[in-house]
Formats: sequence, C-alpha cells, structure tokens
Amino acid sequence: MSFKIAPSPHGHNQRTTSEMMRWVCYALVPGVLLQSYFFGPGVWFQITLAVATAVLAEMACTVARERPAFSALRDNTAIVTAILLAISIPSLAPWWVIVIGTLFAIVVVKHVYGGMGQNLFNPAMAGYVLLLISFPVQMTNWLPASTISEHSLTLWQTLHTILFEYTPAGYSVEQLRAGIDGVTMATPLDTIKTELTRGYTLTEIYQGPEFSYFAGAGWQWINLGFLVGGLLLIQQRIISWHIPLGFLAGLCLPAFIAHIFAPDLMPGPIVHALSGATMLGAFFIATDPVSAATSNRGRVIFALLIGFIVFVIRSWGGYPDAVAFAVLLANMCVPLIDRYTRPVVYGHGD
Amino acid sequence: MSDVKTVNRDFNTDIIGQFPGGVHPPERKQPASSRPIRRLPLPAELILPVRQHIGPSGKVLVEVGDRVDKGQRLTEAGLSQGLPLHAPTSGIIAAIEERPTAHASGLPEQAIVIHPDGEERWGNKHALPDYHDVEISRLLELVQEAGIAGLGGAGFPTAQKLAQQKPLKHLIINGVECEPYIAADDRLMQEYADDIIAGTRILQYITRCDSVLFAIEDNKPEAIKAIAAAIDDDTQIKLKVVPTKYPSGGEKQLIELLTGHQVPSGKLPMDIGLLMQNVGTAYAVKRAIIHGEPLLERVVTLTGEALEQRGNVWALLGTPIQHLLDESGFNPEKKQRIIMGGPMMGFTLPSTEVPVIKTTNCILAPTDHELPAPGPELACIRCGACSDVCPATLQPQQLQWLAKAKDYDELEKHHLFDCIECGACAYVCPSEIPLVHYYRKAKAEVRNIAREKAKAEQARKRFEARQERLEREKQERLERHRKAAEERKKMQQEKASRPDSKTDSGDEKPAGKSAAVAAAIARAKAKKAAQAAKDNADEDSSAKGNES
Amino acid sequence: MSLFGAVIALGVLALIFGVILGFAAVKFRVESDPIVDQIDEILPQTQCGQCGYPGCRPYAQAIADGDDINKCPPGGEATIKQLADLMGVEPKPLDDAHGEEDVKKVAIIREDECIGCTKCIQACPVDAILGAAKQMHTVIEHECTGCDLCVEPCPVDCIDMVAVKPKPETWQWDLDTVKENIKANSIPVKVVE
Repeated sequence: MSFKIAPSPHGHNQRTTSEMMRWVCYALVPGVLLQSYFFGPGVWFQITLAVATAVLAEMACTVARERPAFSALRDNTAIVTAILLAISIPSLAPWWVIVIGTLFAIVVVKHVYGGMGQNLFNPAMAGYVLLLISFPVQMTNWLPASTISEHSLTLWQTLHTILFEYTPAGYSVEQLRAGIDGVTMATPLDTIKTELTRGYTLTEIYQGPEFSYFAGAGWQWINLGFLVGGLLLIQQRIISWHIPLGFLAGLCLPAFIAHIFAPDLMPGPIVHALSGATMLGAFFIATDPVSAATSNRGRVIFALLIGFIVFVIRSWGGYPDAVAFAVLLANMCVPLIDRYTRPVVYGHGD
Repeated sequence: MSDVKTVNRDFNTDIIGQFPGGVHPPERKQPASSRPIRRLPLPAELILPVRQHIGPSGKVLVEVGDRVDKGQRLTEAGLSQGLPLHAPTSGIIAAIEERPTAHASGLPEQAIVIHPDGEERWGNKHALPDYHDVEISRLLELVQEAGIAGLGGAGFPTAQKLAQQKPLKHLIINGVECEPYIAADDRLMQEYADDIIAGTRILQYITRCDSVLFAIEDNKPEAIKAIAAAIDDDTQIKLKVVPTKYPSGGEKQLIELLTGHQVPSGKLPMDIGLLMQNVGTAYAVKRAIIHGEPLLERVVTLTGEALEQRGNVWALLGTPIQHLLDESGFNPEKKQRIIMGGPMMGFTLPSTEVPVIKTTNCILAPTDHELPAPGPELACIRCGACSDVCPATLQPQQLQWLAKAKDYDELEKHHLFDCIECGACAYVCPSEIPLVHYYRKAKAEVRNIAREKAKAEQARKRFEARQERLEREKQERLERHRKAAEERKKMQQEKASRPDSKTDSGDEKPAGKSAAVAAAIARAKAKKAAQAAKDNADEDSSAKGNES
Repeated sequence: MSLFGAVIALGVLALIFGVILGFAAVKFRVESDPIVDQIDEILPQTQCGQCGYPGCRPYAQAIADGDDINKCPPGGEATIKQLADLMGVEPKPLDDAHGEEDVKKVAIIREDECIGCTKCIQACPVDAILGAAKQMHTVIEHECTGCDLCVEPCPVDCIDMVAVKPKPETWQWDLDTVKENIKANSIPVKVVE
C-alpha cells in the first residue's frame, strides 16, 4: 500500500484566487447594470470585446512563455482586468480602442513584467492611461446620461457605432452628445471644470441639466451601484475595508475642508464621492492586491495617497477625473510604502 | 457553551493578552473527544528508535535475544540532551537495526525491535509517594531517568527544561490543544484530571514556583470542568480559559495570550520568567515520581473518516502505526494520506511500519472529501491574507518570493527563523501555495549552508595546521640530520682514535620489516582476488586516479 | 560668450565634485579582506587538489592572479556562481578536465584489510585518518572532506569512497525523495510469533 506524500497543512479554507476573482465579477453587476441603463448597451459590447481580447492575449502570452495555454486563465484575473477597463471607457468608443487598451494591459503591463503577481502597475489603469493620452477624443466622448439625452440608441445602432464610429443614420458620437439646445454636453466633472474656468459659480453650474439630486445625473447612481458591489466584496471578505475607506477619506476630507473655505469654487465631498470613477476606483481598482501595498497600515497609506491625488488633479489638474493617474502614481510608491510599514515580527519589538 | 461561561466566571479567567493573526479551521474534535481512551491488544512487535528527541542518541544497553522486563532501561542517556529509553512491555529483543522512523523524510534510524511476550512483567519500580522530603536534584534525576520528553511538541527533554535555574514568575500548563481533530490532551484531562494536577504540583515543587497558569481552550467544556474540580480550592493554580483560535496552543502565542508579553526572538520563555509544560508531560511526571513508572505509553488520537472507530487509545511507544489502523477499522481510499500529527502541522507518513514515538499525538487518516488535497499552485497575488493570519506577524508573501529566489541573506533579514511553521498562511492562501513547505526547505538549506561553511572552515584550519606541522617536521628533520651529521663526524673522529668500536647493525631490521609488509600486501591481494572472483558486484570501489 | 560661461561653470563643478569624490575615497575607504581570502572563503576546502593546485588556498591565489574559476568539482556550480559574482566575471560551466561534480562522499577504510602502512595518513590533507605504523587505520568521518587523495596511495586498495547518507536532521524537505528513502531501506519481513 503506498500512501500519498503531501506537505502540511492538509486542508484549506476553500477560498481560491479564481473564486475571489469570480466574486469581483459578480460584485460589478449592479454598477454595470446601472451603467448600461444610463449609457446604453454599449458597455456590454465593450465588455465582450475586452474579455475576448484578454483571454486570447493571455493564452498567447502563456504559450510564448512556454507554459500550458490554459494555465494562466485559471485564476480569472485577466477577465477582471478586461471588465474593469471596458467599463472605464465611454460606451460608444470605437472597437479598436478597447482592443488596444486590453492588449496593452495584458501583454505589456502584466506579462512583460513577469505575469500574474509580478506587475508593478494596475493593468486596467495602465491600459486606460495609455488610451487616454493616445486617443483623447474617443476617450472623452461620454454621452449624457439617457435621462437627459436627446438620443437613445438601440442595440443595433450601438453596435454599429462601436464598429463604424457612426450610427446607421450617420451621426457621429460627437453629434449624439448635443443637448436640446444643440450644445454638446460633457460629463459632470468635465462640466464643473470648464464652467468654473469660465467664471461660473458651483451654484450656477449645478442648475445645468447634467446635475440632479446630489451629483451628476446618472453618474451618481452608477457610483452607488459600485458602492453596493464593493460593500458586498467587503462582506464576503474578498477585500478589506482599508483601501476603500482610505481612498474615500483621502478624497473627501480635503474636499470637505476646501468646500468649507470656498463653497462656490470647490465641489463638496458628496459630489466627489459620487462622480466619475470614484466608487469603482475605491472598491475595485485600488483594491487590486497585486499592485497595492500588502500590510494593512501600508494599504491605508496607499489609499489615502490615491484619494488625495484624485482630489488634487480634479481640483487643479488638467483632467476632469484622475483615478487612473492617481492609482498608477500610488503603485509606484508601493515598494517604498511596503518597506516602511513592515510589521514588527514577534519577539523583535524592543 | 453556557457551562463554559459559568466556569469562566467562577475562576476569573481573565485573558490579558492577544496574539495577532490566527485562523479558525473546522475543529472536528468529535467523536474523539467524547469517547473514553481505549487500550489495544499488544502489537506483534514494538519498534523503538534509539533517538526519539532532539539531540544525540544514547548507548544501547541490550543485545539481540535478551529478555527484557517492562520498564527496563534499553539505552544509556547521552552526554547532553540525551534521554534513556525503556522497554514498553516485557519481551525479547528481536533486532537492533535501522528502521524507517516517524519523520517526514521516512529515513531510517537505529531502532530496537522488541517482540512482546504478553506477560507484562514489570521490572523494579521505585515508587515515591511522598516527594516533599526528597531533594530537587534527585527529583530532576528521576524525571530524566524516566525518559520524559515534552509530549506536546518538539519533544525536548523535560528534566533539562526544568533544571534551568532562573526565578519563575509563572509555570504554564498547556492544555490548549488548538489543532483540529486532536483530542488526546482533552481526553487525558477529562479522565485523569487529578493525576495531571498532582503532576503539576510536582513540577511546581521542582521549579519552586507559586503561580501556575493552567490554560485550556474554551471548546473543551468537559476538560475545563474536570480540571476545575481537580484544582478545587488550590489558589496557586489558576485556570485560564482561552478563546478557540489556531494556533493559541503554540508556546509563544499562549505566552502572549496569558501574560501579554512576547518571548524575545532567539530567547527562551525562561528568560522572561516563564516555563511551559504540556498536560501530558505533567501526567507523565506524576507517573514517574509517584509510581516510579518511566514513560512507556501515551495517548494517541486516531481519527479521520477513513477510520471506522475513531477515538483515543493508549499506545505503547514503538507501536507500529499499522497496528493502530488495524484496530480501528481502516478503509483506505485511493491516494490515502496517513498524517502523523494534526491537519495543520502534521506530516504524511510514507509507510505504516513507522512507530509511535514520544511526540506522536495523533494519527489522522482523512478522506479526500473531508480534507481535500490542494489544487494546483497559482501565482501569488500579494493579497496579504497570509500576513493577516500570521501569528508571528511575518510577511509570508515576501518570504515566499525570497525563498523561491533562494535569497538566503534576505530571508534571514525577514526573520524566516521566527516562523513557527503553524501553517495558517498556507491554510488561507487563495493561490494554494504550500508556503510552509517553502519555508521549511529554505530553513533546511540555510542550516545546510551554515553546516557546510563550518565544515569548510574546520577543514581549512586542519589543512593549515597540517601544513604548519609538515613544515615544522621538515625543519626538525633537517635539524636532526645536521645533528646526526655532526654526531657522525664526531664519532668518526672518535672511531679514528678508537678503532675497535662496533658499527650499528640496524640495516638488517628494515629489510625484515619491508619483507613483512610485502608479505602482508601479497596476502591482502590474494584475499582480494579471491573475493573478487567470488563476488564481482562488490568490486565497485577501486581507487580513482587523480592528477595530484 | 554664454558658451564659455557654461563650459567654465561645468568645468568648475566637475572639479569640485572630483575633489569631493577623491577626498571621500581616501577618507571613507572601506578596508575589505584581501581578494585571496575572499576567494578562499568560497572554496569548499576539500583540499583535494583536483584543480591542479596543492590545496584550496593555492587555487584561491591562482584565481586572484587570473586563473579560471571553473576548476573546482567539489564546489560545483554553486561555487562557480559565487566566484563569478565576486570576481565580476561571467559564470561558466565546470571544466570537466578537472573532474565532475559528484555527490558528497567520505572515505571508509575496510579495517580488516588495512595493513597499517600509514601511506593514507600521509596523503590526507586534513589529518582525518587516525592510526600508526602497523596499527589498523580509521577515518574520522566528520573531518573527512571526501577529497579522494587517500585512495590511490593505499597498497591494498582497502579505502572506499561512499556517498554520505542523508539523516533526518540534514534532510532537505524534498518530498519526492520520501518514497526512495523508504524503498532504500526495505523493511524486513515481519515474524509473527
């Protein structure tokens, strides 16, 4: 009788990396559903394209690195990267935008750095930044939320636009963005930025059609959707509360202080928290374990840093939103943060 | 649970400390913890590895064919750290040979094999019912002679641990038994609470310590009740009920729980005025002093779903695991694992012919369904789950990278050797990386490098010493030659003056000597040739030439 | 004009930094072990002479003088790698003219065949063989470096080089070896009375 030899421990708590990544996908559902409600079904096409590209790229890379083709797919991380990138870009962006972004994220940011677990930067955000600086027009072509939009596209019209950059009727995305008065509408954060420079106060800006209730029309609900998904992840212990809380604190506390001193120039914490990619960033992007700090103390510092950079860029930078830049900048600081937040080992405290 | 709460209140079991990390794997102490300890029929043979503890092995006192009595000493204790070994039952020494030992490597070690005669014939016992007027040094000797080693973990000789002369703040008796499945200490406390407390008092007397902390995990209500009753109104022994969390039974973790202090790295609990003994050890000390019985048997938990009769047994040291399995209805499945120890820290046995040794607390035969084998190892995602559960606040993910890169200097800087190998990190790792296995390998390699280095250093010293000696001898020889030459010159001068003196006839002797050597060489060659002709296979070691 | 200004400014800067660096090099000089000692530290000290030099230290000296780093079979790849790091050269494969990397061995004298000629004692570079003329010799096992040098001088070929057996405490936690460990020491047939 021969017995099996195995190293201890001989049991496991049954929460595997693949399963964690699956949970991340489930938790994205409320946010993505709201996004497709407010910005049309384009987001589903983008997700499909991104996932297909990511899977093929991942397989090609593992084969090129002389490993079994499906081995790297097992952990589901490529799929999560692809979805995060797909929901970060405008729903009607041309198909090649998401393909280029995903290829860059998987091939360059992930595999060139040594594959799963070795990448210094968050692949989805690195892909996003590449796209943003290479194709600024396509990447800022967000439609106004469907509730205030003149146009709403059918499934076929959406697909046509993504594939050929025009609706079947020949409108460009640029034209679709026009409001009732014919003026092109931008995202709420963009609107704040441009209108402030034109000398309007926030009170006046909030009267615009882009805003309702607490923050930007549509955007606030999507952010709340991601918040719900994020809380689910915390409840399932997929992520710890340190990064989301640190992120929101790093963003909202300075925003709150600034808002008190200049209520007509600096948007308040609620507007910040429910605008742009805040919640997606706080719960799904900054929490990517590979490129985040590892100790809890380090995670808090890391997240505070991201939140603060987002605040600074939104307030004084050239871009309306800044989650991707902030995450990449903080990624760079991770080795340093890890170095100085290493916990004291048992028996080594004084 | 309400029982536990009452006990908690009654005994004021305030836990002041807390240790970081830890996990809560399914406990699965049932049914072993609720079934009385069984006695098994004698096995056909007992295999007693001469070395059962840390340190060198003792000298074997018996020969093959000897009849031995139960409790008769089989080995003499070594110089340091050694412990004598005793015959667990009466019988005949069947062999003294290498047998696979109860170690993860399955490597053989010298063992004494006894065939029991079934008479259970005791040798001399020196019972000492009242030890209070005996000198402490004598009691230590008795504990040493009884061959008692720590029955909880590493098996460090108990007498040596007790003999360290430093004032003690607390003596800690460890009845925590935090690892899943194992219920040997639990059962022992339920059934032999009075003996354990008696043993505790002996330990207290030996260490002159007036404060005992008796720690039990709160998932053992029966044991808590039994020990509480046995302590009765002894105010020097305080029962401490610790919350269930793995690995709260680890020495360092329990100390932090009970006292709030950490044992400084590289130091012993003794250095901060603490001493910890396992409940099984306390029981063994009581048997040794009061009844004069050396350590011959221990409680072993037999559990896992591949066994029909799960529970605890009194197993004689040296009992082959196969015998234990045979007696508990073992239904092996395909790729069955037999684990010695618990699911977190135990090691798999390659063969069931290995014996029970002093530190064997559990034999676990799980089905793949209850303890699934880990899936394929995925890449580390730096999620930090491992560092969240590490009771030593290490950074397992960092250690893992370094261990894979074989960066041994950096590993030591990250305090690899403070890892207690509890397995909590690998238990939670979502990528199912066998982290502890990497650390063990790295530790073995670091130790190996240190050993090789020490050996190389020693060889270098010996080489240099030899060179020096050769040089010295050469000088001396030259000196002698010079002197001899002078002597000869003088002699010749003298001879010239006294022509009748005899010359030395020593030249015949060397000739005779070389003839004898030549004959020996011839004899050896002849013998060798004969042997070679007889057995070709033996001829594998002919000298290899080399350049120098 | 501005060109000259820039050139002069840069020149002055270069001069200042040069002086600082030169000063620091003298002032903060770190005394390190002579290179020969460092090489000798790395070599396995078997003193086997397979490199062609009479012992490890002479070979260390030779490496310091520019000899190849790949002539030490007992040290094998690991030693070559360390030497390459120290000397700042590319590691190269072991030069098989000097022998092949082998498992660790020790010399064992078949004592009943030994004639007590002391030839091996004289050959042993680390004095690990005990004995006297016409007395049987034996190897002090833990001092033996496995250098092989005693084998050839023996007139009756009674010295064997045997591989060092792994012990539980020196085992390297290679789980793949467990099955072999068990097989290698086949369990005798049980005798049931």
